Amino acid sequence: MVNYILKRIGYIALSLFLIISATFFLMQAAPGSPFASERKMTPAIEEQMIEAYGLNDPIHEQYITYVVNSLTFDFGPSFKFVGQEVMDIILRSFPYSLVLGLEAVFIAIGFGVLLGVFAALKHNRFGDYTAMIIAVMGISVPSFIMATILQYIFAFKLEMFSVARMESFSDTILPAIALATTPLAFIARLMRSSMLDVLSSDYIKTAKSKGMSQRIVTYKHGLRNALLPVISYMGPLVAGILTGSFIIEQIFGIPGLGSEFVTSITNRDYTVIMGTTVFYSVILLVSILIVDLIYGIVDPRIKLVAKGGGK
Amino acid sequence: MKKILSVKDLSVNFETYKAEVQAVRKVSFDLHEEETLAIVGESGSGKSVTAQSIMRLIPMPPGKFVSGSIEFNGEDLIEKSEKQMESIRGKEIGMIFQDPMTSLNPTMTIGKQIAEGLIKHQNMSKKEAHLRGVELLKLVGIPNPEKRIKQYPHEFSGGMRQRAMIAIALACNPKILIADEPTTALDVTIQAQILDLMKGLQKETGTAIILITHDLGVVANAAHRVAVMYGGKIVETGSVDEIFYNPRHPYTWGLLGSMPKLDNHDEELKAIPGSPPDLSDPPQGCPFAARCPYAMKACSTQMPEYFELSETQKTACWLLDERAPKVEPPEFVNVGGLKVNG
Repeated sequence: MVNYILKRIGYIALSLFLIISATFFLMQAAPGSPFASERKMTPAIEEQMIEAYGLNDPIHEQYITYVVNSLTFDFGPSFKFVGQEVMDIILRSFPYSLVLGLEAVFIAIGFGVLLGVFAALKHNRFGDYTAMIIAVMGISVPSFIMATILQYIFAFKLEMFSVARMESFSDTILPAIALATTPLAFIARLMRSSMLDVLSSDYIKTAKSKGMSQRIVTYKHGLRNALLPVISYMGPLVAGILTGSFIIEQIFGIPGLGSEFVTSITNRDYTVIMGTTVFYSVILLVSILIVDLIYGIVDPRIKLVAKGGGK
Repeated sequence: MKKILSVKDLSVNFETYKAEVQAVRKVSFDLHEEETLAIVGESGSGKSVTAQSIMRLIPMPPGKFVSGSIEFNGEDLIEKSEKQMESIRGKEIGMIFQDPMTSLNPTMTIGKQIAEGLIKHQNMSKKEAHLRGVELLKLVGIPNPEKRIKQYPHEFSGGMRQRAMIAIALACNPKILIADEPTTALDVTIQAQILDLMKGLQKETGTAIILITHDLGVVANAAHRVAVMYGGKIVETGSVDEIFYNPRHPYTWGLLGSMPKLDNHDEELKAIPGSPPDLSDPPQGCPFAARCPYAMKACSTQMPEYFELSETQKTACWLLDERAPKVEPPEFVNVGGLKVNG
């Protein structure tokens, strides 16, 4: 188990190195300059700026400096916002995305699983159709439409929440729901089909033949096995939600990581782009590792051994 | 011996989009204490549905009981509520399924799967159930039970899983054990072990067994009485000796004749020509009439009554009517019977 985790962390380090290298060279290859959108500068000033940020050094020197600094989570200063370190920007914006994301993850998993199980138990009856209509709507309605509808009903008409503000916990509820809708619907559909699959399996019949009640058969024997596909979907889901959705953050005026990421791209703010990319990768890789560990606990058939990548 | 289970005129239908399939049609049989009754027939003959009806494991809908009764301990199981059935399943009637690879919960230890029934039906504590579990595993011949009980199904081989399955089914000392093709998914050497195990346990515990199978070798090896099912009906029933040495129904002849014989290399395997009837629109008369080489006019219009040939043997075939021509079973049938038993 410890060996397995160490080995996985080794893989994570390797993946990160590749990601850092790829983003670095892609950035170098991209046309334009971080100072291109500024007011017209005299060539002398521009020259000085480029020199100050070390952009005149040979590529391999820049690369090595960057990789070495990345190891200490030092992604350098922002080109655009003078006097701000990339790490400051990330640490400032990420907590918003984190709170919002965690809320959305809990909503998506909790209600998604609930809806899916409900639909499976009412298979081909009214409850099933209702739940699946809700799920299909959740998948097909884009999150920004959902966000606007929520704002209109709960903030504008009912005045229960603020339209766009980020001060107290209640301000996070609407954006979290908007962010959770699509994954919730997806999980519900996944859960329904996997639950139906499990409920028609032989071991459910065995459990019934032992005289277990419908409730125990469904929850003790069915649910745990049916959750497996949902757990494997959770890795990318959690990473995606935690790092925030740009659109939702824009609509609700949340200064989260998603909006920083997009702004940095339009600004050609090299260091911020790379910093956020690397940060996103770390979160993705770590959440996949956690999901794999959970998977190993839930499903005893999967052995967490260092050999063969753990499967 | 005392009658323990009595199925009378049981009919089970399934609603499908196309039509109502009459999977089991007016099936009647009795089961006595300490005996093994084999129900044989080809796929789709209704044998599994019959077995699962006794346990009330048929999902309803689409399934439904159309007629009949299943009398157990003087009470009709069809009339029981789901809650009442829960205290019969596992406690009074245990069941083993065909595929031991899929019939155990993959995310639960063998011990927990055995303990569940004990805790529910015999009010045991977790600890008592665990100890009893170890005993049961020892009983079904699993070596190292203290270690094995903590393992998951995927750590067991196929034969071991079926042994564990038997331990689960027998945990609460049920009066009846229903084994639905318990050896079909196992290889031949393991088959023999499992059958021996079931026979041995029956001697020890006195459980009555309903053995569902399509393998006549298994029947000859393990059963006391046989019921041959075809097209949702029991066409012939009798003791093992009667069915193998004096079969009177042409379908039983066909079944016995289609068994491969080890001493004859030249002969092609005999099959019964044709295919079983469509049970969404079952034939009016004998279900076997369309494939029967001896079929007469009456066969396709009227279902024959049971002719009682002995105290135990009953056969539903018009050939036994006194007006019918005398037909003797083909030569190969008797040869087949001798080979199986001897």
